Amino acid sequence: MDEILSQIFHIGFFAALIRIATPFILATIGELFAERSGVLNLGIEGIMLFGAMSGFTMAYFSNSLWLGVLAAMLTGMLMAILMGFLTVSLGLSQHVSGIGVTLLSTGFAFFFYRLIFGQPSTPPNIKAFTPVGIPVLMDIPWVGPVLFQQAALTYLALLLVPLSAFLLFQTPWGLNLRTVGENPHAADSAGVNVSAMRYQGLMISGALMGAAGAFLVMVQFNAFTFGVISGRGWVCIALVVFGQWGPWKSAAGALLFALIDALQLRLQASSAINLPYQVFLMMPFVLTIVTMTLVSRNARAPSALLKPFRKEER
Amino acid sequence: MSDSDLLLSMRGVCKSFGVVQANQQVDLLLKAGDILGLLGENGAGKTTLMNILFGTYQADQGSISIQGQPVEIHSSADALELGVGMVHQHFHLVPRHTVLENLMLGRPGKGGRLDQTGARDRLEEIGKHYGLKLNPDAIVSELTIGEQQRLEIIKALFRKAKILILDEPTAVLTPKESEGLFSALRALADGGMGIIFITHKLYEVREVTNRVVVMRGGAVTAVVEDPRAVTEGSLAQMMCGHELTPPEKTTSQLRDPLLKLSGISTRIPNRPFLKDVDMVVHGGEILGIAGVSGNGQRELADVIAGILPPSEGKIEVKGNTITQSSPRKMQKLKIGRIPEDRMTTGLVTTLPLFSSMVLPWINHPNFSRLGILRLKAIREFTEAMISRFGIRAIGPEVRTGTLSGGNLQKALLARELAFDPEVLLASQPTRGLDVAAADFVHRKFLELREAGAAIILISEDLEELFTLSDRIMVMYEGCVHGEQNIADASVEKIGLMMAGAEAA
Repeated sequence: MDEILSQIFHIGFFAALIRIATPFILATIGELFAERSGVLNLGIEGIMLFGAMSGFTMAYFSNSLWLGVLAAMLTGMLMAILMGFLTVSLGLSQHVSGIGVTLLSTGFAFFFYRLIFGQPSTPPNIKAFTPVGIPVLMDIPWVGPVLFQQAALTYLALLLVPLSAFLLFQTPWGLNLRTVGENPHAADSAGVNVSAMRYQGLMISGALMGAAGAFLVMVQFNAFTFGVISGRGWVCIALVVFGQWGPWKSAAGALLFALIDALQLRLQASSAINLPYQVFLMMPFVLTIVTMTLVSRNARAPSALLKPFRKEER
Repeated sequence: MSDSDLLLSMRGVCKSFGVVQANQQVDLLLKAGDILGLLGENGAGKTTLMNILFGTYQADQGSISIQGQPVEIHSSADALELGVGMVHQHFHLVPRHTVLENLMLGRPGKGGRLDQTGARDRLEEIGKHYGLKLNPDAIVSELTIGEQQRLEIIKALFRKAKILILDEPTAVLTPKESEGLFSALRALADGGMGIIFITHKLYEVREVTNRVVVMRGGAVTAVVEDPRAVTEGSLAQMMCGHELTPPEKTTSQLRDPLLKLSGISTRIPNRPFLKDVDMVVHGGEILGIAGVSGNGQRELADVIAGILPPSEGKIEVKGNTITQSSPRKMQKLKIGRIPEDRMTTGLVTTLPLFSSMVLPWINHPNFSRLGILRLKAIREFTEAMISRFGIRAIGPEVRTGTLSGGNLQKALLARELAFDPEVLLASQPTRGLDVAAADFVHRKFLELREAGAAIILISEDLEELFTLSDRIMVMYEGCVHGEQNIADASVEKIGLMMAGAEAA
């Protein structure tokens, strides 16, 4: 048993945990911006995949990872604008529109990948982001290797947490966005453009979901596969609820999920416990369901979530 | 008076929605320091006119000037910019945010951040100036309705409003809170603001305004320069176009108790608890139930209707104890019900009228047999009700939701009265109705009372309670806080009891 523990809890494990958490933090915070404005963006799973695909393609042909990230974010924004057109401008059901956007984005990702790369026997790959150490900080024992020898995108994801907390709770823009998600009529009568705010929330969500997809193909793996997202987007929807629509708590949820995921990876690799590997793969999801049932009982979603805004109605 | 002396002038305003002329050639003038009463029944065009001023609608014709300057108002943002503030009947607040957050909404910040200190200072200043005080860090959902309304007024002052529109502001207030509102409004007018006060309550007009514009059918029918110099009767005549006599209340014979509650308590999370409520109502009487909303009246109504099972206590109908009450059981016992919210719990707005009309009677042999609806009988019944109650609907097939508020209420009333209820439970039966429609409802209640039924009237409108009730019971924090016979009761006494003071 001691052997397993020491195998698990060493520095490399915690560094991996932060890395695994990164795409969850990015996409969860993205989803949070959309939901705070009153739109549930169920396009997340497909937008992440399409972002991953377009980011990979751009990086492959331009040889620039950052151009790839940019392309992924723009793709995400584009699909989010479509989501906005359906749910904000047309006022359609957010559930149906979101699933539609996911299906469409997934289809686009598959279609364009096949169109561009065909069906190669070995998938094309790119040179992934390498960890960048931050001088001085990286030399702190324990903390340094865990937090300060990560890929640049991870630093950005970690900085995003306080930044979005600041934006949401300390700026006029954030107050407007939150109000649009709580009571759009109040926002409207205070001269806030409800549709514009919702589009902005969605565009931020799309960009961050795209970035999360890009992270998966440019840091975690170095190639695009059709299963690259494999339900991570849906987990982020749950993490927003777990985090009670707050950036800090949502990021904590992402870390918790990553912890369990990292743990199951180690357990799979360890020979000490003999179970089918699917049992380990299942663990994070089972735990998500359990924590969700416990936490979401008291969850209070933004009051106007899922409700289209029409000026004349109340 | 030239326009440049005026704070606001609206001239020749016309607005139509399809074939309906909501405003026809309306003129409205407002001076600084005015409290202008805008009086009219529902559908008279008051709210449309104010929505044009606030930028929600665009006028088809006409001009608006503010302080002599012709202006175009395309949105509420424009209106706010021009110094027009509006307190809507349904508050535009965010219940989960703090007072301060609601005040800072839509305002520019300072250096990219919310200007918390600035907002705090302004709030304190307004508190000192006009006596409008609020705790900046309170969560809005924890404020009383009166405090929430104060916040709406402060919101307008925050934006340096010169013109303040209040849409039926007293509809939700206790008499004491109304008094507070009136004195605040006087202070604001003395400070040079112009206030437009929309109402259909006559005594308020005489109490607080210094000029009255009366509207009917979309046009201005009268302008009264000194409201205190005219009687309520003549104001009513200007408003309705004909004389309105309050319904005659005969002395009726008090009969056997029909419904008796003893020691009723409820414990439903997130709703006010009822605590040991005793109540009895006899045939031939109207029991009025007063109280500020949220003090257990709704729960009491739900218990009587069989929706909410009490955790303790006994319900007796005509001397028989009811166990395991359910809405259907209560209906079978001839307890009719006019729910508070006719649009959601009363009728089904998306169904045709004939479906809404038979919802509670669906199992009645007249309307269904062996589980199959008898549509012909249902339509005939609906047609009969339409003509008997004068419901303005093209026919039984019309979608319920297209009826106006007054007609929806008539439909509900028709439905409940159709099978001669012995007890009628009516919650806020005239809320949002105009004088004529409310009068119709009141007369029906009195007819029913004379016929020997018992009526439980839950209302926040004290005038209504005093016109109809034989006894008034006050609810406060889930308890019966006191009860008075109509002969001994006064608005002041009941108002104090509603606010929690012990009965004198």
